[in-house]
Amino acid sequence: MVFEKIVKIVGEQLGVDDLTTIKKETSLMNDLEADSLDAVEIIMAIEDEFGVEIPDDEAENFKNIGNIVTFVEKNL
Amino acid sequence: MNNFFAVGITGTGSYLPDKILTNHDMEKIVETSDEWIRTRTGIGARRVADEKTAASDIASEAAERAMEDAGIKAEDIDLIIVATITPDMPIPSTACIVQKNIGAVNAAAFDVSAACTGFIYAMTIGEQFIKTGFYKNALIIGTETLTKFLDWQDRNTCVLFGDGAGAVVLQRTEEGFGILSSYLGADGKGGESLTLPGGGSRMPATYETIDQRLHCIKMDGSDVFKFAVRVMGAAALKALEKSNLEIEEIDFLVPHQANIRIIEAAAKRLKLPMEKVYVNLDQYGNMSAASVPVALDEAVKKGHIKKGDTVVLVAFGGGLTWGSSVIKWIK
Repeated sequence: MVFEKIVKIVGEQLGVDDLTTIKKETSLMNDLEADSLDAVEIIMAIEDEFGVEIPDDEAENFKNIGNIVTFVEKNL
Repeated sequence: MNNFFAVGITGTGSYLPDKILTNHDMEKIVETSDEWIRTRTGIGARRVADEKTAASDIASEAAERAMEDAGIKAEDIDLIIVATITPDMPIPSTACIVQKNIGAVNAAAFDVSAACTGFIYAMTIGEQFIKTGFYKNALIIGTETLTKFLDWQDRNTCVLFGDGAGAVVLQRTEEGFGILSSYLGADGKGGESLTLPGGGSRMPATYETIDQRLHCIKMDGSDVFKFAVRVMGAAALKALEKSNLEIEEIDFLVPHQANIRIIEAAAKRLKLPMEKVYVNLDQYGNMSAASVPVALDEAVKKGHIKKGDTVVLVAFGGGLTWGSSVIKWIK
């Protein structure tokens, strides 16, 4: 559930048409060519969607979508 | 509702230095590229004041244009407020230098420091004086010569800013028109994300402060970005709420011009189409306190804003500060 919602947010922000291409191993920067501002906007959209706060130093450690999902699930 | 006078903007004016520095020019100064700057910021060029030009010089030009537009003489101005973070010097204030330049001999004059929100702070202060009848004709100016305070070795900041000045004349106006509501906010806890640390009493100028480039603007981009997107939408809504208006009733939004991605993200949160949003940062970059009045002057002169339109001004900046105004356009 968390994963699907995050995939939807990422897809919308980065204009990815086929959401099935976004997996837990997918990296925002390396695979989806997000720049640093895309990443900030995605983090903000996730914070708004789940009502969680993602500190910058946490966000910097996210290597892939799976890391974000794990963080959100822990902090829900 | 009350015995206050309605206060409106009766004239606008702006002045941009002639010299243009494009992104391609920036490529020769720091390691960057036109493509990088455009995609991250939306900025294509910025204006640069020459060595002899200070904040008061361009402010005076903008002021003359605003007075002409309002059809008012300098001696009728009774208040001058200048918003700037790049004053000519600490004393005299830039407002006093402008007063001398334009010959507004009957005006009180002072500066306001609220970074990029400075113009909205200054206009709101001026509004209070006219609303109560204390003054009749106020000149509100936002002026910046930021390129003189940039670290030209820091590619993350030096590409963002430019020089310019904008001014408005505030006067009593017809009931139901003019400034309908304003909202100002601040959060000193976030102050460290955007600073110009050197040259004040905390860190007076020394050889070391100069070597360490502490007389230049420092910014934590991602902190400011997050703050800006959230506060811009929230501030606009707050001012609308105070005047009992809905987002759909906005005819035109004139936002602070820091970054196109911030403007787009805020517009998206407000569900406001970009056709209703004025953007000129592609030509000028971020001019701090001058961004909003220059954008407003251009939007009016280009015919985007007409009599009866509901216009929202919104800005955010160092401090941290933010503010917004809802105006029913009178001209």
